Amino acid sequence: MPKQDVIMNVGIIQKTYDLQEYLKSVFDKMKHEITKNDTAFIAEKREKAFGLFNKAGFPHPALERWRGTDLSRALNHEYSTLPEPPPADLDIDKIFKCDVPHFETLLVTQLNGWYADRKNLIQVYPNGMIIGSLAEAFQKYPELVEAHYGKYADDKAESLTALNTAMSQDGIFIYIPDNVTVEQNIQMVNITDFKQNLFLNTRNLVILGENSHLRLVQCDDSINHDVTFINTVTEVKIGRNSSLDHYKLQNKDDHTTLINSMYFYQDEGSSLSTNAISLNGGLIRNLSHVTLSGAHSSADVYGLYLMDRHQHVDNQVYINHVAPDCESRELFKGVLDDQASGVFNGHIKVYRDAQRTNAFQTNKNILLTDKASIDTKPFLEIYADDVKCSHGATIGQLDAEALFYIRSRGISESNAKILLMYAFAAEVINKISIPELRQRMDDMVKKRLRGELSQCEQCVLNCSTQEHQKVSFVIDMSKI
Amino acid sequence: MLSIRNLKVSIKGKEILKGINLEVKAGEVHAIMGPNGTGKSTLAYVIAGREGYEVTEGEIIFKGRNILGLSAEERACEGLFLGFQYPVEIPGVSITNFLRTAINEQRKYKGLDPVPATEFLARMEEKKKLLELQEKLASRSVNEGFSGGEKKKNEIFQMAMLEPMLAILDETDSGLDIDALRIVASGVNKLRRPDNSTIVITHYQRLLEYIVPDVVHVLFDGRIVKSGGKELALLLEEKGYEWIRKES
Repeated sequence: MPKQDVIMNVGIIQKTYDLQEYLKSVFDKMKHEITKNDTAFIAEKREKAFGLFNKAGFPHPALERWRGTDLSRALNHEYSTLPEPPPADLDIDKIFKCDVPHFETLLVTQLNGWYADRKNLIQVYPNGMIIGSLAEAFQKYPELVEAHYGKYADDKAESLTALNTAMSQDGIFIYIPDNVTVEQNIQMVNITDFKQNLFLNTRNLVILGENSHLRLVQCDDSINHDVTFINTVTEVKIGRNSSLDHYKLQNKDDHTTLINSMYFYQDEGSSLSTNAISLNGGLIRNLSHVTLSGAHSSADVYGLYLMDRHQHVDNQVYINHVAPDCESRELFKGVLDDQASGVFNGHIKVYRDAQRTNAFQTNKNILLTDKASIDTKPFLEIYADDVKCSHGATIGQLDAEALFYIRSRGISESNAKILLMYAFAAEVINKISIPELRQRMDDMVKKRLRGELSQCEQCVLNCSTQEHQKVSFVIDMSKI
Repeated sequence: MLSIRNLKVSIKGKEILKGINLEVKAGEVHAIMGPNGTGKSTLAYVIAGREGYEVTEGEIIFKGRNILGLSAEERACEGLFLGFQYPVEIPGVSITNFLRTAINEQRKYKGLDPVPATEFLARMEEKKKLLELQEKLASRSVNEGFSGGEKKKNEIFQMAMLEPMLAILDETDSGLDIDALRIVASGVNKLRRPDNSTIVITHYQRLLEYIVPDVVHVLFDGRIVKSGGKELALLLEEKGYEWIRKES
């Protein structure tokens, strides 16, 4: 890594370090390492993708898709990239243990981008389900991988996706064959634990066959608190008449930049529900790209963000109605405090043949201070003539009438505010269909609103670690 | 119980209440009547402690203490209750939890421990019956998707649960059909005790057939222009407010 000092003046960041140049030198010099698990197909994709990234460079706010989100501060660090795989004797339980009560999951862990279970890189279950390392899947199931890999992710529109295609070494591979209903929730946990600043590209591929059903929970966690830039791309294919219930939970520390790009591709009669809950993080950008390619498919895309201090969250939702008779519903809600900033960009595109499309989009925001900001842009692009579409965005403060109503019952102003914020967030929380997860997220949102949820807790779901176990609520909104 | 002396209130420089005098004793029911825009709701809000009103003169003495310096929540903890004309919806917060929070904050103010769950639930059951509330109502979010009648019943239910010393019911009868009106009124009557008081703000005499007031006041252009017994309400019904306008 080039040794150059980063000079920071108050309010001005002088660019003395060229991350793109560094990554280019890594890509050229370490090609043997990067491509060691590749098939010819994958290796070729990398070359093409790096060319796209190198031409476009890192995204910047002058791009329409990146308006309001400035990576320059995050990019102006020296990073290590291409971390080593974990040792073969790694004890996963020692790194991560999910303690959500009664939350039965099949845990799939990644450490620094690598599939963590090094002794058992891929597993085939009795029902035909395959779960394991994506790098291993390149080798073992090339036909299955190559039928989908890189087909849905958009290397041209998103240079960070291209960078991911070029440089990611591993990730999680999930294959659900036809006619399988996966009873357990599958929980994908992406952990970073690295002694230096880390720039990580990690790549996942999820394939659902026909008439199959899956619930997938994706968590991003960090163990140490060095500067981390995580660039995750997940491609998801949902086959005919299949359904996916997907959750993305983010509770990262303020030194983390998290670029999470989801590309969903749906066949006829399929349904998707995806919910991104961002509770903490230095800079978070969630991209949800949904293509409804088969008729009678549906997508529900939800999000909740609660940000404060100097945190920044950006939700980009692109829904492509390619086929007729499909439905999409979007609901994103956020509370921004202190000097936090947010972006919502919802783009619904209805193709000429996508007649009888129903597409609805809502983004609601509460700004708690004058310095908090949200840049919201609902956008409809319609080429069919028989469609029902709506979009709406609101930005407001807490309702003064409602605050007085609650206070007039004897509830203090600060608790009345929390209650109203909780009421605002509950609409999204209630969309979570896994009861144990909903209960836990409900708890975490309450904690977050009371300022008790620290970003340094190890796990996004792990809010009952010892030091936090004794937290009690003045407002107890649990059902009795 | 309540003693308002020469209360003058402005909103953004415009005087709405122009010197209100009102005495409410323990055990009494007072009705405040008057046409639209005469300051009835303003009076209710100012007593309950809503921000945004400028009290330019006078005082509000509640249980022997001037409460003008107290916040809305402190006044509630002191035993004031306002039944809203337009109750607010709070999605995601059940009536049960809302009330338990309110009761516990009021108890905390008085230096008491939180209400035990069994006691709270028993009180809920008792008051639900009193107001003929549907079983499932209490688990619903506060006022969310309620009909006009359900919202008003829920106001009285909250009053029953919080057991205030002084309740001000602002246009509780508006939007109620006759059955709901009867239930709401009978709820209010059953909650009457020698040591608590009620102020009923209403447009029409109709409610007063069910909740019989000890004193009726007519509020007109920011002043109480006439006070009398329950027969005053009947007179107003018969002659309309024009009659008062001419007299004053």
